[in-house]
Amino acid sequence: MGRTELGREPGARCAAVAARDVRVRRRGIEALRGLSFEIAAGGITGLFGPSGSGKSTLIRAIAGVQAAVVGELTVLGLPAGSPSLRHQLGYMTQAPSVYEDLTVEENLRYFAAICGARTDGLLERVGLLEQASQLVRRLSGGQRTRVSLAAALLGKPPLLLLDEPTVGLDPLLRRELWRLFRELADEGAALMISSHVLEEAGRCDDLLLLREGSLVAQLSPAQLTARAHTHDMDEAFVRLIEERR
Amino acid sequence: MSAAAARSLATARRVLEQLRHDPRTVALMIGVPCVLETLLRLVYAHHRASFDQAGAPLLAIFPLMTVFLITSIALLRERVSGTLERLLTTPLGRLELLGGYALAFGLLAAAQAVIASALTLGPLGLHVRGSSLLVVLLAVAVALLGMGLGLLASAFARSEFQVVQFLPATILPQLLLCGLLVARSRMPAALHAVSDLLPLSYAVDGMHHLTLQASASGARGDIAIVLAFAAGALILGAGTLRRRTE
Repeated sequence: MGRTELGREPGARCAAVAARDVRVRRRGIEALRGLSFEIAAGGITGLFGPSGSGKSTLIRAIAGVQAAVVGELTVLGLPAGSPSLRHQLGYMTQAPSVYEDLTVEENLRYFAAICGARTDGLLERVGLLEQASQLVRRLSGGQRTRVSLAAALLGKPPLLLLDEPTVGLDPLLRRELWRLFRELADEGAALMISSHVLEEAGRCDDLLLLREGSLVAQLSPAQLTARAHTHDMDEAFVRLIEERR
Repeated sequence: MSAAAARSLATARRVLEQLRHDPRTVALMIGVPCVLETLLRLVYAHHRASFDQAGAPLLAIFPLMTVFLITSIALLRERVSGTLERLLTTPLGRLELLGGYALAFGLLAAAQAVIASALTLGPLGLHVRGSSLLVVLLAVAVALLGMGLGLLASAFARSEFQVVQFLPATILPQLLLCGLLVARSRMPAALHAVSDLLPLSYAVDGMHHLTLQASASGARGDIAIVLAFAAGALILGAGTLRRRTE
């Protein structure tokens, strides 16, 4: 099923994700406090906010693995968590969720088999060709992240949910990964990428700024810097929050 | 082959690959039962009948402990590392996942049972009147029971420290009541009634049917009961593999 065929109105491209008053209550605390937004079916949406602002909870809700989600959350035209979405989502959790007692190749072969996908060219794409037959346990943190990313890319899903894919990586590797994300977006995928490094916001097409479980703003990087009168993304975010108070 | 079967097979292959990278664990799983049976034979050097009585049930107890431990830790790791969460966002179904584990651990238990019983029934001279194939089948049934109990334990533990404590908690009481130490018929009535509810009792009865009484039909009945317990534990355990979690 292609993304364009899922539109509710004829001719219109439906949103990759549409949220209306989405709330998550966890152990008595409201982790998400009524989020409403739409994400275009294509391009890179950055999900920014400090630690604990609800980024992971939102990504998990979209992936269909978060319990106690209230409100209307539609993913590729279907309610989040629908079984048929399992063929169309690539989800990368915050910790590299791959088997550390398997080699890189064995990991990908397994995830490919259960997704019914092929691993062709994937290792090259994430720059792990030389590490193919190494145990994941012996890899560096950045390499593990890329194994996890490669597993999320299997089967070219139209929606990729990447939870802090660049956290703790060196600047060179971060730049390479963002180049890959851009390539994937150019190929037609919608990417939702969370990060708390605001300098990465400039590489996105659209931004969702979260704070304490609420949506502070949804805007483009240009709008953010224009509104805050600064090119420093960190500063822009702070000014935006202060302006909201 | 259906897509579901292919996903189960891929899972079994992955689990076996993980074990292949850990030869020490495999060597311990295969070697320890052989060493213990040999030790038991030496302890009972002058009591052949006692060796026949205790050596056979042990062949059913090894797979229970081995598979309980590897399942509980493997599934705990899947839960903690996030791989389970990832798997549940893919087309892989929960029963397909468990089917893959059952296939891999069943094969492993079969290998353990074949080697341990070849040694015990051969050079150590344990006297078996029934079919040695049924001995292996019983061991595989007990392994699936161990898997079901291990899966349940993994759901109630937050760490590897906690999960290994479920082994004495769930298996030692069964060991005391299963008829290995005192025949179940000679236990106080209340304990006998409790032992009727515990799966290991039927595994040990099954072994006694094969060694002491040569009752193949009795053993088959016991294998069926053990498999029913295993299925119950696996179904309960499957319910603990929640797709949506906090």
